[in-house]
Amino acid sequence: MNIPISKPNLPKLPRLRDQTITLAHGSGGQAMHDLIAALMVSQFQGAVPAAMEDQARIPLQELMALGDRLAFTTDSYVVDPLFFPGSDIGALAVNGTVNDLAVGGAIPCYLTCALILEEGLPIDTLRHVVESMTLAAQRAGVAIVTGDTKVVPRGSVDKLFINTAGIGVMRTGVTPAATQLQPGDVVLVNGPIGNHGATILVARGELSLETDLQSDCQPLNGLVDAIVSVCPEVRAMRDATRGGLATVLNEFADSSQVGIQLQEDQIPVDTAVAGLCELLGLDPLYLANEGKLVVVVPPDRAEVVLQAMRSHPTGTHSRIIGQVTPGQRVSLKTTFGTERIVDRLVGDQLPRIC
Amino acid sequence: MKYVQEFRDPQKAHGLLEEITVLGDQLTQSRPGPIKIMEVCGGHTHAIFKYGLESLLPPTVELIHGPGCPVCIMPKGQLDDAIALAQHPDVMLTTFGDVMRVPGSRQSLLQAKAEGADIRMVYSPLDALAIAQKHPDREVVFFAIGFETTAPSTALTVLQAERQGIENFSLFCNHVLVVPALEALLSNPDLQLDGFIGPGHVSMVIGARPYQVIAERYRKPITVSGFEPLDILQSLWMVLRQLADGRCEVENQYTRLVQEEGNAVALAAMAKVFAVRDQFEWRGLGDIPASGFRMHPDYARFDAEAKFTLPHRRVADHKACACGDILKGVKKPWECKVFGTACTPEHPIGACMVSSEGACAAYYKYGRATVDRQPARSQPALR
Repeated sequence: MNIPISKPNLPKLPRLRDQTITLAHGSGGQAMHDLIAALMVSQFQGAVPAAMEDQARIPLQELMALGDRLAFTTDSYVVDPLFFPGSDIGALAVNGTVNDLAVGGAIPCYLTCALILEEGLPIDTLRHVVESMTLAAQRAGVAIVTGDTKVVPRGSVDKLFINTAGIGVMRTGVTPAATQLQPGDVVLVNGPIGNHGATILVARGELSLETDLQSDCQPLNGLVDAIVSVCPEVRAMRDATRGGLATVLNEFADSSQVGIQLQEDQIPVDTAVAGLCELLGLDPLYLANEGKLVVVVPPDRAEVVLQAMRSHPTGTHSRIIGQVTPGQRVSLKTTFGTERIVDRLVGDQLPRIC
Repeated sequence: MKYVQEFRDPQKAHGLLEEITVLGDQLTQSRPGPIKIMEVCGGHTHAIFKYGLESLLPPTVELIHGPGCPVCIMPKGQLDDAIALAQHPDVMLTTFGDVMRVPGSRQSLLQAKAEGADIRMVYSPLDALAIAQKHPDREVVFFAIGFETTAPSTALTVLQAERQGIENFSLFCNHVLVVPALEALLSNPDLQLDGFIGPGHVSMVIGARPYQVIAERYRKPITVSGFEPLDILQSLWMVLRQLADGRCEVENQYTRLVQEEGNAVALAAMAKVFAVRDQFEWRGLGDIPASGFRMHPDYARFDAEAKFTLPHRRVADHKACACGDILKGVKKPWECKVFGTACTPEHPIGACMVSSEGACAAYYKYGRATVDRQPARSQPALR
């Protein structure tokens, strides 16, 4: 006869009666405890432990089994609006940090979640964001293990800001870096560029445009797994977020003292993004992405990496878009048959996109 | 995208370029130096660089990038006035995003905003009017800039404000006019231009007729052009044809949008709301008679210059800056001492480095083939 194991004596989940965030939710008192327990911890960890410590405790051995170095990163998320077609600030805060770890060749493991809430924020809004973070963390295979919540008076922040930090483990022998590009190397991207930036621009509602654009917000660690499993000597990887593809490539070119020549007709751009850019005089090369990976590999590995990327769900539309040259600048061979410089972006045309 | 790719066909461009080369050779046989054609409009400058058109041209044909970027030609004094308005406790200043970085004598609107001035970016003057409706306790000033392209929408916004009885809305009117600026350029003895590619969007409003003076009085051919690469190459070819035929006419390449008479509704709205200033100061070019709009006396209640006392201080252009000569076609951007060193798009000194439509910014962004100051055209054509 099997005797069922008795469940640990977990505290009862507090009930949240409040409809909106007040300064009390950041005061350190009961209201804050209830909010964190009922909304954050129960979501992120599935249950509320008997006692919440001030830090997460991570067994070293578990990490050491995955690789030989730690990767550690942080990012803050202030996107406006909080919810937009295809994603929201919560998923963005998880995927953004997961991707910052993944593109370094690391296996993302643990995330933190620090929230700065504006007094008056509807609790339902916060609940949606936390649920979205939970789902995104599950999808990316990471755990949110510690966090912090602050409430500031109305007007001190706009609704809700999130900071996430992340820890990952660097695979032994895999060290992609922006300094390692060599002439002849091949540049790939995992799909159409500019969708996130274009989506946010339209979602702000200031242009009175209707499109079916969606943000490309997605975790890239699975795709990176696929790449490094066939090409551990990958030269460099980066996710093309703010500043877009052009900015990442300029960073690569500067760091390695090389040039990069792009083929305009090979760069995937969705029709809706291209149309919006025509209309507003924007360049998709500079529009933000939240799930686009720029990869540089040695020429003899390009084809096998392309196939590995295309066979992964987040890389089905991967393309070879250019090649590293001995020059010093990023240039674009246009569909018109000419070549022009692709420089760094000056100024920020679109604030608060992530 | 329908009706876009058709105007970017490399094969058709090739045909036009062959004819441009023949005409260029023919025209330069009995004179030193290349044929110099100015594209007046900043939109054309931007397209020329974006598509790398200069690198396709034969050495006998040279493009000079004109003063048609309304952001670039805004003098520091006007920026200072706008900042003074924005710093007034009752005022909320609204304007287009590309004006934000233009340096005044001490700071830009962006810096003034960071220091607490209430400045909002809008996509249209109607957005500014909507803000005025939402904030009846504040005076919402629209810092209106642009050529005849944007002036009609500003004028129509004022007429709408009048209809709706909105009293807390006014304009700081800095609209400028294309033809007087071209006349000022043409009156300059240093000028070395053989013809013009005329602005497309401005002409959609004013029509092709106002350019007659350029053809008749100043004896220069001009072709009003669209903005796609084939439009620009065809217009260039049309100007060269005129030169080869010894004609000086106003031709219209952009017939799919531009009509001889312009847009009557837009012209009527402008005539009602605006009056022509005696003169307006252009960065790099100085005072040009009758080259800008102010508010019509009938609409003084919508005139920020009447409602507020502005400093109206004249601020001289930077001494090392060669923008004036660049706008006249006398110098190329890389011949300026501060180009790419003290003057960059991040920290512009001169007008032409401010907006991406400015000649210097365009060279800086698209044209620096090498780190030393080589012109874009030194790159080989890569077809």
